[in-house]
Amino acid sequence: MSKENTITIDNKQFEFKAGETILEVAQRNNIFIPTLCHLKGTTPTGACRVCVVEVKGARDLVPSCAAPAVSGMFVRSESPEVIKARKNIIQLMLASGNHNCAIRKFEPEDWTSFHLKVLKEDSYNELCPVWGDCKLQDLAYRYQVTTKSLPVSSSNYPMETVNPFIIRDFSRCILCGRCVQACREIQVNNAIDFGYRGAKAKIVAGADTALKNSDCVFCGECVQVCPVGALIPKETFKNKKRFEKTETVRTTCSYCGVGCQMDLTVQNNKIVQVNGAKDAEPNHGSLCVKGRYGYDFVASPERLTTPLIKKNGKLEEASWDEALGLVADRFTEIKTKHGSDLMGVLTSARVTNEDNYIAQKFTRAVLKTNNIDHCARL
Amino acid sequence: MTNTIADIETADVILVTGSNTTENHPVLSTFIKRAALKGKTVIVIDPRKIKLTEHSQKWLRPNPGTDIAWINGLMNVIVKENLHDKEFIKNRTEGFEALQETVKKYTPAYVEEITGIPANDIVETARLFAKAEKASICYCMGITQHTCGTDNVKSLANLSMLCGHLGKAGGGVNPLRGQNNVQGACDMGGLPNVFTAYQKVDDPTAVRKYETAWNISGLSNKPGLAVTEMIHKAEKGEFKSLYIIGENPLVSDPDLNHAEKGFRNLEFLVVQDIFLTETAKLADVVLPSFCFAEKDGTFSNTERRVQRVRKAVEAPGFAREDWKITCEIATRMGTKMHYNSSEEIFEEIRKVTPSYAGITWERIENGGIHWPCPTVDHPGTPILHTTQFTRGKGLFHAIDHQAPAEVTDAQYPLILTTGRVLYHYHTGSMTMKSNGLNEMSPECFVEISQNDAAKLDIDDGEMVNVFSRRGKIKAKLSVSSKAVDGTVFIPFHFAKAAANRLTNAKIDPVAKIPEFKVCAITIQKAA
Ligand code: SF4
Ligand code: SF4
Ligand code: SF4
Repeated sequence: MSKENTITIDNKQFEFKAGETILEVAQRNNIFIPTLCHLKGTTPTGACRVCVVEVKGARDLVPSCAAPAVSGMFVRSESPEVIKARKNIIQLMLASGNHNCAIRKFEPEDWTSFHLKVLKEDSYNELCPVWGDCKLQDLAYRYQVTTKSLPVSSSNYPMETVNPFIIRDFSRCILCGRCVQACREIQVNNAIDFGYRGAKAKIVAGADTALKNSDCVFCGECVQVCPVGALIPKETFKNKKRFEKTETVRTTCSYCGVGCQMDLTVQNNKIVQVNGAKDAEPNHGSLCVKGRYGYDFVASPERLTTPLIKKNGKLEEASWDEALGLVADRFTEIKTKHGSDLMGVLTSARVTNEDNYIAQKFTRAVLKTNNIDHCARL
Repeated sequence: MTNTIADIETADVILVTGSNTTENHPVLSTFIKRAALKGKTVIVIDPRKIKLTEHSQKWLRPNPGTDIAWINGLMNVIVKENLHDKEFIKNRTEGFEALQETVKKYTPAYVEEITGIPANDIVETARLFAKAEKASICYCMGITQHTCGTDNVKSLANLSMLCGHLGKAGGGVNPLRGQNNVQGACDMGGLPNVFTAYQKVDDPTAVRKYETAWNISGLSNKPGLAVTEMIHKAEKGEFKSLYIIGENPLVSDPDLNHAEKGFRNLEFLVVQDIFLTETAKLADVVLPSFCFAEKDGTFSNTERRVQRVRKAVEAPGFAREDWKITCEIATRMGTKMHYNSSEEIFEEIRKVTPSYAGITWERIENGGIHWPCPTVDHPGTPILHTTQFTRGKGLFHAIDHQAPAEVTDAQYPLILTTGRVLYHYHTGSMTMKSNGLNEMSPECFVEISQNDAAKLDIDDGEMVNVFSRRGKIKAKLSVSSKAVDGTVFIPFHFAKAAANRLTNAKIDPVAKIPEFKVCAITIQKAA
């Protein structure tokens, strides 16, 4: 007989804590249950139903994200019936929008020529920009769903490209509602919601306006959680080259003192995307508009690239040797002539601890004064 | 911060004052907004009707520069209604009697007179705060950027101690740091009076320790000058050289007209930065450096968490890493400073900085550690003062309200406060390189209430001249529901209409922070 607070999933017994859902118990024990609408830390909506499982005694399949584990429950995570249901759900989603990736099952020669075309003129409308990084696509592969026989329904709504930072492509939206949950329960910006009914359903900002005219503050949380290609970071789409190698580097945001952890996507020595680090304190994947989209300055053509020395009132390019020599000479001269205490250093709240440490060491040990400060109080 | 960012969400009552959190610390504000969503009580005390007031149960609107008065008012009610934490006061603090005496006269009615906050709101807020099991205070520049900034901060600590909200989860007094590594710059001794970890430069033991560690003699034991003082002296010709690393004081400094004169008066100015900023243009030598994405190192965030910064891309052209440039100058001046890597510097920091001694790059590879962390097996300290304060017992400071350095009069009838907007950062040298951010926030504006705009007979979107006793700027008028009558807000990011041409360089005598948050101005339609 089963003990208190245990459930059986796929013939294995697991303990659970009061209030845990079937999905949570399964995930904790590395049992795969697919999800689309489920968003950690928010109220489950059960909108997509792709996480359904079979529960012994229940009349219908049960969405595992919303069903609490109950003692003595027998769960089958991937029974034939479950697989059939999931296939159905995925197929309907694929058919309801412009999902033209490989899973559409082109005739082989069509697919090849399509691919070649995309490689040649990488145009947005041809191939989904998140191709290869799409939860729906992954699931379609996993469950071998194709939509060859189904017509592609066109979207009711045109793509929204007027915003800075974010492109909204309604033709690829599967109405999973993750963006709404993220905006409402994680960032608490309440900028977007479900609008209209039935076949006309759409995620709307404000009274169905463009994001930039709504309460949206472009934190990009919705973009990060969208499982498909319906919300696209504008700059990334413009700059990131498909099928070229990228690298991911975890670092700390350089704007405010929150110190959000972020993953920079780098391609050809250029940052092409920034994502919040999901598994990390203090931000758990969240970022703000500056942290997520304000990275253009790094590769700005206005960056200083060479030392400059003022000659006849004008800053002119110089070599490091010349510039450093001049600085060292002048500092030494002023120190001898006027004394250390008429010299000062302003270090920075923007540079690293190591840079700051060296700046104060230089001030104290070389200039021999304590005239060091930074502008943080300003 | 005494507590962590995540900890704020666990408080029952969150009092936010002088912080436009949703714009200045957006991700931190999500913790506060989520707490409100879950039914916790958020109280905003701010002269502006900031966005966060949409999530708060209460918004109290003090006249700018009257913070001590309302804080004393809250304490008056708490003591009078016997809501203070006697146990905590007895065991953990001293100076309660003097405080009790001082706050006596700050009755809700008297406080209303000074601050404009209705007496009833003072009473209700006091009760909410004192009766909460866990109450957190978050504050930012709106509290510190006053001539009485240090006293404002002490007053908030008084309030928290009085109710026993310090030193426990969900409580604390939490300053939100504006720039990414302010905490680190201070921890590292980027201050005129302390070495790393706040070891005093006039403490002979500390001086000896550093002389030994650096193998050098003759370190100065005389506290140095604060930035505002250096600039002031330079203006009078009493300061000769400045080496500025990664700062743009020519937009961020108060009373810019004077600051600019100060920089021009220097015999030698070196600026090391990633862009040719307004300040760099005045320099004799400009040295190109790396930005965060090109560096390996660490930042310390506002909750004292030391976190890794990692190199992602190569720097442009001949730019060099900040510390390498500084070391090279030192070496050329005859004091050899050489390190093979940033991590090697961090190892030296650990040796001389007790609060960082237990932190290694290896330990923070997958997540930061909160200092103090004295040994490598210490887990770090997310919450400060859990058993005792740094000085042992917490000291109450009896403080009286002082009027701001500048008050309004017939000629300058409006109060100006300055601050930031969501889409820009500090002097804009980074954010203004982004088309998207510029699109969302293209230019300076003068935020004013409907009533005040009507009185001036100027419409939303019209260009106006703003005058203070120190200068003039021209910008677009923006009528906003965020503004309240009598108070005008101007963001300071924009060099073209630099709000700091107007502000007052008068500084807090202890913290040396200028009074950015209160100055008297007048507005006229631009011709
Ligand atoms: S935009 Fe993306 S996250 Fe939002 S409902 Fe559509 S598919 Fe889901
Ligand atoms: S960007 Fe942020 S505020 Fe805008 S809709 Fe998405 S989640 Fe909401
Ligand atoms: S992402 Fe935004 S909130 Fe987070 S550290 Fe950067 S600027 Fe601050």
